Amino acid sequence: MNKILLIIQREYLTRVRQKSFIIMTILGPVLMAGIFIVPVWLALQQSDDSTVLVVDDSFLFTDRMQNTENITFIYTTESLDSAKSALTAEEGVDAVLYIHKDIMTTTKGIQLVYETQPSIHAIRHIETVLSNDIEKFKLAKYGINQATMDAAKTNVSLVTKKIDETGQENSANTEVSMMVGLFSGLLIYMFIFLYGVQVMRGVIEEKTSRIIEVIISSVKPFELMMGKIIGIALVGLTQFLLWIVLTTTLISGSQAIIESQFSKDDMGGKSIEEVMSSNQVAVPQEAEEKVAQFNEAALDDFMKSFDTINFAVIIGSFLFYFLGGYLLYSALFAAVGSAVDNEADSQQFMLPITIPIIFSFVMAQYVISNPEGALSFWLSIIPFTSPIIMMVRIPFGVPYWELALSMAMLVLGFIGTTWLAGRIYRTGILMYGKKINYKELWKWLRYH
Amino acid sequence: MTNPIFRAEHVSKAYAGHVALRDVSISVAEGSIFGLLGPNGAGKTSLIRIINQITAPDAGNLWFGNERLQQHHLHRIGYLPEERGLYKKMKVGEQALYLAQLKGLSKKDALIKLKYWFEKFEIQTWWNKKVEELSKGMAQKVQFIVTVLHEPQLLILDEPFSGFDPINTNLIKSEILELRKKGTTIIFSTHNMGSVEELCDNIALINNAHVILEGNVTEVRNRFRSHVYEVQFGGGMMDFSHSLGTYGELLSHGPEGSLMEAKVKLVNDATTNLLLGNIMRAVEVHGFREVMPSMNDIFIRAVEESKQEAKSAIQ
Repeated sequence: MNKILLIIQREYLTRVRQKSFIIMTILGPVLMAGIFIVPVWLALQQSDDSTVLVVDDSFLFTDRMQNTENITFIYTTESLDSAKSALTAEEGVDAVLYIHKDIMTTTKGIQLVYETQPSIHAIRHIETVLSNDIEKFKLAKYGINQATMDAAKTNVSLVTKKIDETGQENSANTEVSMMVGLFSGLLIYMFIFLYGVQVMRGVIEEKTSRIIEVIISSVKPFELMMGKIIGIALVGLTQFLLWIVLTTTLISGSQAIIESQFSKDDMGGKSIEEVMSSNQVAVPQEAEEKVAQFNEAALDDFMKSFDTINFAVIIGSFLFYFLGGYLLYSALFAAVGSAVDNEADSQQFMLPITIPIIFSFVMAQYVISNPEGALSFWLSIIPFTSPIIMMVRIPFGVPYWELALSMAMLVLGFIGTTWLAGRIYRTGILMYGKKINYKELWKWLRYH
Repeated sequence: MTNPIFRAEHVSKAYAGHVALRDVSISVAEGSIFGLLGPNGAGKTSLIRIINQITAPDAGNLWFGNERLQQHHLHRIGYLPEERGLYKKMKVGEQALYLAQLKGLSKKDALIKLKYWFEKFEIQTWWNKKVEELSKGMAQKVQFIVTVLHEPQLLILDEPFSGFDPINTNLIKSEILELRKKGTTIIFSTHNMGSVEELCDNIALINNAHVILEGNVTEVRNRFRSHVYEVQFGGGMMDFSHSLGTYGELLSHGPEGSLMEAKVKLVNDATTNLLLGNIMRAVEVHGFREVMPSMNDIFIRAVEESKQEAKSAIQ
């Protein structure tokens, strides 16, 4: 046992210290976070400072509009028309805010006339300030105090459901489930390949450098094989964990930065999520609006559906299927590595191993639209395809007995392939120069 | 033999369609240097692999000291395989530590011993170098250190001199002798017959899966002695060859500096004194000594003889 630990340690440390590992670890989260952060950041970007001329016919807001970092408010007693001409004539004015005199009865007709388009940020700011102040005036006028008002505030969050022609209701969850399912299936597919191939390469390296014979005089072949498989599994887990940690740190860090830069007042007391999901885009501005709408759709659903997906089950199952699928396939990769003398010869044996993996990835599309079907059921039980297919099914809800059966089969599966690989490995590692075919492999299986 | 450290009794091993070892028995005395000889494909490497428990025999028993050979004995055995190598991308020091720990040494002990060997071979600066950065000779030194680091009782070297330049060959030879002085037993398999004569106490010659010759080197050479003598003399070659008479057969002759030298085989059960007496009457003898057969000659003869035996056995 001690020896296996030594081997695991060596396999782990040599790979974790490689440059490629460190680069992958950093690159992944940066890309992931970028996908979430960049659009948000863009949408909230402020344009250059603007100077707004305020024509206040109600005389209620004189000197109430405070200058912010980027917006300068200038009060004028000119008429609206002369203000508008000042806008076109002078350089220093970017927009004119017109507040009509009947603002306490109706808020319609408050205009913002601009020469240079102000940012969404500026518009929101003005709306927020105006709304808040008008509310306060009205409260005072009706004799309601602020405290009562706050207590009465209600927040309604809708659960959106779509009904299609067959009368089936699909909650917005479905799309997210599909995303999550496909994504986890993709991750497992990638990991099995990435790390399974590393196992094979390690075995071939030991053969070509001839160190294998030195090591085999100290440990049993099976110990070496398992040590290598487990060591590389730990490398994969480490990378995955680092990815999760780094991605969440990056995203929440960026969220914090964005939220602090744009204080809550500017956004009308709403958080970033609410900003993104609210439908108030005052003035259509093509690029910014499209970006904002994309965010509304994706982030809106995403945020709302967060609560309804059972993330505990998903993450737990992901870990199980990642490990199980990896163990099952990496044993086979180790066997292939032991049978050949160099990587080029491995191609002929790689094919039958990779076919089930690729097949399951291709079938993922089908399973997504048909998670309860018979084919989907069987594919999620058979150990060669279950790591990917079951992960695709899980977000849609899988009965516990099916999950248990699939997991049990996977355990049996990797015990089986490990046993098989062990017999091929211990003969193959000392065999050189022979062109190996399946008949040879069968013979090796039967050596005692 | 009083205390053999290793014994193989009636060991047989066959691979698919090919018999590697057939009823092979050897006995290696503790603290001796044992030569395992034989043509290519004779079965030496198979036997060595069995001793290192890389493969298991089909039949036969193996003994280490007083116990049956078991897994834990590997900690006391060191092995330098014929096809040798190291992890190319791993650093020398780290790799040596790893391999030593696999042989059962604690990390602390391994570090101490490594320092000793690195200083002895004067290669301290290589500690942090990757193996691929070393030249072949350097890598072989490292490989040797890795093999002996855990102070094994039994050291098995398969073709230890192949690929070594003369300087490194000498280095290894002196290390082997020094290790023997410390009590280590060494089995080495080689085609370099000169080294066998220099180093080995006992040998076993394997051909076609069985042992065709074994014993103490001096004794084996005696067994194969063919009573050939080398004579250095002053005088005429004709006189010399005539003097041999019925006692001796002239095998070869030639000048040796200012003298003549000839090889004579003693025949017809004559004694050396009789022959020498004749020669002395004809020429002026300056030197007279027996030529012992070289291990090389013995090897070739033994293998030839066993081939003949095999042929006649079939007929």
